[in-house]
This record gives sequence, C-alpha cells and structure tokens, in this order.
Amino acid sequence: MPGPDLLSSQGLRLDGRRPNELRRIRCKLGVFTQPDGSAYLEQGNTKVLAAVYGPHQASKSKSSSEGVVVNCQYSMATFSTGERKNRPRGDRKSQEMSMHLRQALTAAIKTEMYPRSQIDIYVEVLQADGGAYCASVNASTLALIDAGIPLKAYVCSCSASMAYKDGVPEPLLDVGHVEEAAGGVTLTVASLPSTGSIALLELSHRLHSDYFETVLSRAMQGCRDIEIILDKAVREHLAEGWTKQDVITI
Amino acid sequence: MQWTTKTFLTKTKRGNVLKIVREHYLRDDLLCGSAVCNICPHKDDEIVLDNKPESICKLFDFEHYLVLDTNVVLHQIDVLEENALKNIIILQTVLEEVKHQNTAIFQRLLEIVGNKNRKFYSFVNEHHKDTYVERNPHEKQNDRNDRAIRRAASWYASHLLLSKSDFDGKIPQIILLTDDENNRKIAQKEGIVCCTVKEYVENITGFAGLVDKLSKNVIPETCSKDALYPAHLTPSQIHSGIRGGKLYQGTFHASRDNFLEGTAVVSSFDKPILLQGHSGINRAIDGDIVAIEILPKEEWRKPSDIVLEDKADDPGDTLEEEALLNTKVDSEDEITPTGKVVGIIRRKWRQYCGILLPSKFPGATRHLFTPAEKRIPRVRIETRQSDILISQRILVALDSWPRNSRYPLGHFVRSLGPIGDKDAENEVILLEHDVPHARFSEAVLACLPPDDFKIPEEEIKKRVDLRSICICSVDPPGCTDIDDALHARPLPGLSPDGLKTYEVGVHIADVTYFVRPNTALDKEAAARSTTVYLVDRRIDMVPGLLSSNLCSLRGGEERLAFSCVWVVDENANVLSTKFHKSVIKSSSAMTYEEAQIAIDDSTRNDEIASSLRTLNSLAKKLKQKRLDNGALLLASPEIRFQVDSETHDPIEVQAKKIMDTNSMVEEFMLLANVSVAERVATDYPRCALLRRHPSPQPHSFDTFLKAARQQGFELDVSTNKSFSKSLNEAVIPDRPFFNTLLRIMATRCMQQAVYFPSGSRTQEEFYHYGLACPIYTHFTSPIRRYADVIVHRLLAASIGADVSHASLLDTKAADALCDNLNYRHRQAQYAGRASVALNTHILFKNREEIESAVVLAVKRNALQVLIPKYGLEGPIYLPSDKFRYNEEEHVQICGDVILRTFDELTVRLTLDSSNLQHRKLVFQLVKPSIPGVSYIADEQVEKMEIEEIDKKENEKKRKESTGGKNKKKKSKK
Ligand SMILES: [Zn+2]
Repeated sequence: MPGPDLLSSQGLRLDGRRPNELRRIRCKLGVFTQPDGSAYLEQGNTKVLAAVYGPHQASKSKSSSEGVVVNCQYSMATFSTGERKNRPRGDRKSQEMSMHLRQALTAAIKTEMYPRSQIDIYVEVLQADGGAYCASVNASTLALIDAGIPLKAYVCSCSASMAYKDGVPEPLLDVGHVEEAAGGVTLTVASLPSTGSIALLELSHRLHSDYFETVLSRAMQGCRDIEIILDKAVREHLAEGWTKQDVITI
Repeated sequence: MQWTTKTFLTKTKRGNVLKIVREHYLRDDLLCGSAVCNICPHKDDEIVLDNKPESICKLFDFEHYLVLDTNVVLHQIDVLEENALKNIIILQTVLEEVKHQNTAIFQRLLEIVGNKNRKFYSFVNEHHKDTYVERNPHEKQNDRNDRAIRRAASWYASHLLLSKSDFDGKIPQIILLTDDENNRKIAQKEGIVCCTVKEYVENITGFAGLVDKLSKNVIPETCSKDALYPAHLTPSQIHSGIRGGKLYQGTFHASRDNFLEGTAVVSSFDKPILLQGHSGINRAIDGDIVAIEILPKEEWRKPSDIVLEDKADDPGDTLEEEALLNTKVDSEDEITPTGKVVGIIRRKWRQYCGILLPSKFPGATRHLFTPAEKRIPRVRIETRQSDILISQRILVALDSWPRNSRYPLGHFVRSLGPIGDKDAENEVILLEHDVPHARFSEAVLACLPPDDFKIPEEEIKKRVDLRSICICSVDPPGCTDIDDALHARPLPGLSPDGLKTYEVGVHIADVTYFVRPNTALDKEAAARSTTVYLVDRRIDMVPGLLSSNLCSLRGGEERLAFSCVWVVDENANVLSTKFHKSVIKSSSAMTYEEAQIAIDDSTRNDEIASSLRTLNSLAKKLKQKRLDNGALLLASPEIRFQVDSETHDPIEVQAKKIMDTNSMVEEFMLLANVSVAERVATDYPRCALLRRHPSPQPHSFDTFLKAARQQGFELDVSTNKSFSKSLNEAVIPDRPFFNTLLRIMATRCMQQAVYFPSGSRTQEEFYHYGLACPIYTHFTSPIRRYADVIVHRLLAASIGADVSHASLLDTKAADALCDNLNYRHRQAQYAGRASVALNTHILFKNREEIESAVVLAVKRNALQVLIPKYGLEGPIYLPSDKFRYNEEEHVQICGDVILRTFDELTVRLTLDSSNLQHRKLVFQLVKPSIPGVSYIADEQVEKMEIEEIDKKENEKKRKESTGGKNKKKKSKK
C-alpha cells in the first residue's frame, strides 16, 4: 500500500497533526499600498503573496461584453524551494497554475458586474512546502476582498490524500510537501463552501473510485475550515481599518 | 496546538548541501496512558499502564513503570518478548530510532505493543508540548535523543505526582533502563532512577531462563586488549574510502566448504573478490554488507579447493595457523582479485538454528553453539541450562563480535525440541527457510465461515449452475486440497471448418469468495504466499477448513467454482472462451491411476469415462501443438516416500510415476492459465499479475554442451524450438535414462520463472521460455498459491463478477507482492528439498545399498552423481594420487578408466551419522572397479541384497495394508 508510514500507530502524521487537521494558517490583508488589494498567507511553511489590480478598462483584444476578464499570473520565487532554481516566468507549470487559479477565482467573482473590464491577479510563492496552489487561491480570495471586488462567496482551496491506519483507509487533510513526496494521490479542490459548489478539482494520480468520496469530503471539510479562518481575518482587518480611518477623519 | 520547525541539513543526489525545514506541531491532547492519572482525558480503552505495577525486580521494592532507551530495545528484544516485563513506556523517540535502524526489530516491538496483556504504552513524546526538546546547536543527534528520553522520564514522574491528590495509594515511580553509563550519570543528577538492563534482569525473581536471553552487546571495537582481529573502520572512514575509490562495498558470502574463506561480489570487478583467513574475513558473517580493501596484485590468490571445517575444540580465544590456505598458484589466470574486510556496513544477522557443543567443563555457563547452516560460524553463548539444552535443537540470536573474541557472541532464544525428533527437525527446516508456520491467529480464524457453511441460495442465483454437468477431478492419491476439476462434452453443431466440437471446462475452487481483500485472513495468506509441502507435513496457506473442505472440490459435494469454459474443435483449436463464476457438484474425485484405468477400460461407457477419453485425446493434441511451438519437456528427479502409518518414518522411496492422465490435467491447466493471462493482461495493462520465464543466458549452457558433445551429441540451444528438437533426437537406444538425464541437466542451466506485474516489463519480456507461450499466469491453484488468488480477483473484476479493490490496482503494491511471492516460492522449494533430504537420511539409517548411478558433473576432486531410483544426488570423492583431472575436457582419468559426465556407474550408499547435525549420505564407487578406490563387494553384499529383496516383499504387503499414506502434491504446472 502506498505511504504506509504517513500515519503512526498512534494516529499522528509525520508533523504531529491528526488526519483531519489543517496546517497552521496565518494571513494578513492589505500588505501593500500600491495594488488595489493585497494579501499575505502562510499555510504551514508555504508562504504566498497575492496582489490585485482593477477592475480597470480591458485592453481591446481581451475585452468582453459579457463580463470582467480575470487575468492571473502565478510565479514562484527563485528562493522558494530548498534547491535554488531559476524559474523563468511563464514556464509550463506556472502557466498551468495560472489557468487553474483563473478558473477557481472566476467562479467566485461576480463577473457580470464589470463588462469590458479586466482584473489582474498576481500571485508570488515565496516559500513552497506543499499545497502552493491551495495557498494561492486562499491568498487571492483575501486580496480580492481587500480590493473591494464583489464575490459570490469565499473561494477556498484545500488538498487531501490517502493513508492507511491498521489497513483502514484514512484521508489526510491539507497535504504538506513530505506527504506529497511520499507518492500517494493528492486530491486538490477549490470550492465555494457557503454554496457547496466546486470550482476546480484535480487529482495528481489515479485514485480508486472506492476512496474518492471519502477523500473528497475530507478536502471539502478543509475548505469549510479555511473559510472560517479567512472570514475571521477579514473581519479583524476591517475592524482595524475603520479605527484607522476614524483617526484620520478626526 | 503549538507550532515549531525542525531544521536539518541533508545532501542531494548531486552532492549539494540542502537545508530542510519541517513543520513540527506540539500538542496538548496526548495521553500518558496510566491508570493512576486523572489529568489526561483517558477513555477506558486508552489506559494501558496498571495503577499498581508490582515490582518483580529485587533491586526495587516500590511500584514502578519502566522507560527504555533505544539500545535496550535494539539489543534486548528477546528479553522484551518474554512475557515477564510489564508496564513499560515506549517513547516515540525510541520507536523512531528503532524503526530507522532495524525494521525487523521494529516489527517485533510493534507486535509487543499491540498485545494488550503486555501493557506496553507508546507515548508520543516528540509531539507533546511538555516533552519535546529542541536540538541545541552543535549537539549530536544521539545526545539530543538521550536528552528527550530523560525529559520524558522526568515528565512522567512529575505528571503522575500531580495526580496524587485524588489517588489513594502509592504513585508508581519511573525507572529508566539504559546501558549507557554517561546517560545514567546525567539522569541520576536529574533525579531519575536508572539501572542497567543486566542488573535489572539478573535480579528478577520468578522468571527462570530470562537471564539466558540477555544480549551480550559489547561495543565490538572497544575491546582492543588482547585483540585477535584487526579493528574495523568507522562508518565515516568507510564512507570516504568508498567515495575515494579505495574501498569497495559488497555482500559477503561465506564458503560452504571452507570456514576460512568467502567471497564478495563487487560491481566493479568481473570476478567475485576472494577473502581468506581470520583477518581477511575479519568477523564478517554470511550475508553482511561489508567494506573491502583490495590487496596489491602480487598477493592475489586463487580459491583453495579444499574442505576445511572449524574443528577447534573450544580453544578459547586464540586463532590457529592458517598456512593451509596458501595453495600454489600455477598460472596467472587462476588468480582472483583478493581483498580483506576492513569494515561492516550493515549486519544481516537473523536467528540461527543449531546445537550446543558439549563442554569439557561440567557446570560451565559459557558454551559454543554450532549453527545448522554451515556458512555461519560457531557462536559463544551463556546458559545455565546446558544439561537440558545439550540434547536439543535450539535457536540462537547473534549479539556482537568483539575484537578479542574468536567467536561471535550470542544468546539463547528458545528450544525447538530434541535432536533427531521429527518435529524439531521439521521446525529447523521451516525456520532456516523463513517459512511462516505459526498457527493461524484468532483474527485470521475469525474471518472463516462457520464449519457447517452452506452455499446461500442467493449466491447460487448469481452464478452459472453447473451442478447437473458431469465434472470430475483428477489428483495424486491422498490429495485433500483439490483445487481443479474438469469436464468435456460433445456439442451438437460443427465448427466452421466442418469439424466436431466439444465444450471443455476447467473449474477452479473459488477461494476469493471466502478470502476477502484486506482481511486478516487475506493478509496472512499473502504473507505466506504458498502452501509448503514437506514429506510428512503440509503448511497450509489458508486454514484447513478452507483448504481441505470448503474450497476443496470433493466428489459429490456442492462447491463454488470459478470456471473457464471453451468451445474447441476436435483438433483442439479453441473457438471461444468464456469465464464465469459457477456452482458445481463433482461426480468423482479420482486419482491419476483411477482415471487412467477408466480411460483404458473399454467396457466402461459411462459419462465419466467418455468425458475423460475426450479430455485425454484433446490434451494430446494440445500438447503436440505446444511442443511444435518449441515448448521444452523438462525433467527433475522427483521421488515419493512411502511413509509408515504409525511412526511417520519413511520406509521406501520410489520415483514418481507419470501417467497419461497427469499430462492430461496439466495440459488443461496450462490452457486455462494462458487464457486467463491473455484476458487480465488486456484489461489491466499495468497491474496484471503474470509469470515469465526468461530465456537462459547463452554461456550457462557451456559445460552442459561440452558434456553432451563427449557423448556424441551436438545440441542447438539457440532457441527453445531448436533446443527441444535436438533434445528429442539425443537418444541412446540401450540407455533409456540418458535422455531424461539430459533434460534434468538442461533444466538446471535455466533461470527460474518469476511473477511480475504487467506494467513493469515490455510485452516481449512476458515470454515464457519453458512453455513457449507469449503470456502466462497462475490461475488454477488458488488454495495453495496466493498469486492465483490475486489473478482470481483481477479476472472476477474484469468480468464483473466481483468488485475491484484499490489495493488490487495499485502498481506499487503489485511490485512488493511479486517480490514476496517469488521469495516465498523459492524458499518453499528449498524447504521441500531439505525435507526430502531429511527423510532420505532417516530411510538410510542402518541400511546400505548398491545402486546404479549416472555422473552429473565432473569436479576437481569428485564426481557429482545421481541415483535415478531415489532421485538422490551426491559426490564421490576421488583421491588425487590416483586420478588426474583434465580441466579442458572435464574428465577424470585413472589408468585406462576415464570418467565423463553422463557415464553410468554403480555406487554404494550408506549414511554417515558421525556429525549429528549434518548427517550425510556417503557415495562410494563400485563399478568401474579401481583398486584402492572402489568399494570391494564381498559375500556380505550378496547376502544383503537377498535381505533387501525379502524386505521389499514384506514392505509391499505392508503397503497394501496401509494404503498410500503419502500426501505429496503434484509437481508445479
Ligand atoms: Zn496523564
């Protein structure tokens, strides 16, 4: 069986989490002043910055009368992994990630409100330790909120994979790099937890259909847990923001 | 939950240093597992440690729990396995270190922890917020772990003390067991009670014999006083030596014949590296991975072809002269690269079976142990029970081999039974071949259906009902695990070519109906992989209720089956194939002989007889087709023992009789296996379990071809087809056995067939050389082979008769499964052969015989001969003063007598019992008679032969009265 050692006999994962626990998430909105919205998010050792510009008038070629065009750019910092690698912007993997980001975020944005406009979202992974996509989606959501762009709901992303405890399958929530590298299947889902709809779903390998339901429901539970954390961060940020403004007006 | 990170450095494959940062969560919801505690929120089943853990050690008169350090677990696992020590805390730090260092011991430890009665609690100290310790800068990992263990020990003490307020009675204390003096000193300073294992165990009352199991783990390199052996290099010296190209890594193989010689295969040398003498081998034991230094070329030698046994009669710790080894080197090409062991990279020790050497001093506690495996040196053990153990087969574990000890140190593990006792000898065979043979556990037995299992009606409805069809099984006599049955009946229509058509079915026991995936039963069967057949004992893969009853396709009883049904024309061309689950009722379970009689008896015209005749004639055509394709008819000498019904001792032996019906069953099994293989390989391109037989290496035939040439036959081995053809033509009319002998020898030049998952090989590599078919698998014996169980599941999922399972489609799991299957099958074969040898020895006790023999190989100092009647093989030693060995031609010459491979001789057989552990058959030359060498037949022999005949007469009568008691299973298909 794959990854037999991912769960100890006491039911703990390699880093000490239980199967249904998220990594520590810390986040902050409005970290930059230049963009219209920005956010910084840590999910364990994975650290991501997101910046949002817009909505502004779309360039002619991209313009659509249906709604706003969402433009995403995902990139990884040279120093983001253990081995330093020069990563040209727009390599195949980044392009794929950009597309997936766009798919998830477009699902959340009320695109019909801004025809012939464009929103640019830049995501930079500062440190990658597994689940960079999930962290990117979560950070972008915060950045969009910071930019004041109307969303249908929070879009949250979380991953899950399979492990076995005493031969019984037990899905693991929010997979870190070590668990990813152990070679099991990783399921990544981006969803709008408050509506229950799924914006994106990806499997890294083949997963037997017997297990699909349990793994997916664990990842969805993760999305709901993340939504609560993001919501709390937003509220705290807004509360902080009002007091600041008050000081200025006085 | 608190969050921290662990940072450590590692190296990448390219040699760059990499900093790795891992998250590490510290929790406050981890339990201490003690019944005394009222702080942790235990549920009832989470309490492991007693509230009144009574002391069994005289040194401590208070109640206590034990905390062990890593080395205690690694070295004293045999003590821990005894049901003596209880209430022990196993820290995660220890668990992880053990896992890292020795997976076998780790598994054994998990087993103990899993046993509720033993009260071992594993505490996750590494993730507990109060017991986690961070590694200090410049602190060694070992020191940090010791510190973590001490921290956990003192945390436990204070944690339990906090519970005191509510608890009336004494609070158990914590005792740390560690053999590390330094660690003990620091611990005592920190107020932790500690003790060495030796002191603790020696003062335990009420468990006699526990002391014998104490491991003598001295650190081998520290004993430099009176050192007999050169010191080993340290791991870092070895590492840099290998990287610098000065040292080589290899697996040490000790010689079977000469205890002062061994070889190691090193990838950068064509020939294995020769290692000679005490200092050259330097405490390496067969199987160890060692670091080798190659000697300068002028010191290279050739392997000595002498037999040298460790005869030293417990000389104490001295080494004897090694002059014997310096054989003369005649020419340059004889020498092999020679080296010496300079360090041990990894020990591959296991537990060894053997016997104690009698000690000269009565009442001594230090004894020498001689392992049954000749490649393993004698072992020094300490025991106070030597007067009992001296007559027993015992199991011993190795502990260490210090520089100042001639022999490695070990300790007694358990007794297997009296020497010469059949059960004890069988136990030795099973242990030495790593055959899992413990009784089936409760968990496994719980998976079985009730004894009075009836096939449920709804199950019958799901299946094709074949109960009305005349199906029969044909097996060796006494077979109780019948896994296949057959039927054939004419069909009304003609084939497109206008030929008569038949429906032929092969019905295999539906084992997977009972053995469901991932159950304890399934896991046990997978671990065992195969049923092992010893001469007088069968070690089942699945419990007896299944193997000899519910799955066995007995005559006249309704059974579940997995059927493969073909429509074939009268020329045995397959027109269509279908697979389905079925329910059958075998009309008759026959032996090969009974089936043969039914076919031959022209007065019988019943359904069974006509069905058998159809099968037989179709089988002959199938076989012919197979042979035309280039399939090889191989042979191996197989014998059966007639066993005495009371003593279970063998009383007579005979070569197996092969009848038409053997071949009939075999042909249809092959056909079924091929049909199933095609189906599963199409449906599962990546994870179908198949069996391949690689083409032999061209050079492996060299000696064989040379020997055949001397007898006047040129064999063409370029393809299996040409080989088969030239084997068929190599016949000497007045020597009928010659052709069989050729085939026996040809078989030995070939590689073993192996299981593999379809995704791991290219289509061309699927080829089965021996059967000459492009694809093959095992489907027909699920009762006794686990491979067939997997193939059944794959096929069932493929035809929609059963659900598929995730583990079935996992390619990684399939790889691991195949490795285990191949290993277990090989071991089972060896165990079977060892059992035959054991029984041959019993048979030849107080008996001698003159038999005809053939030469299998000519060696420098001996002939390897085969006795066709018994399938026995052994050496005839030739004195070098009489015989001259011609290396070019592989012949031995004495005067005008020339002995070649394939020559026929007459030999005398007797049993040499002078060495209890290695009784062996002695072969002596009778004819051709050479004065001073051959055994001289005198009148005694004649007399004896008359006796022999009488004896045989008697035995025949006895046989008739007892009937065939033999349970040996048919040969592999
Ligand atoms: Zn507690």
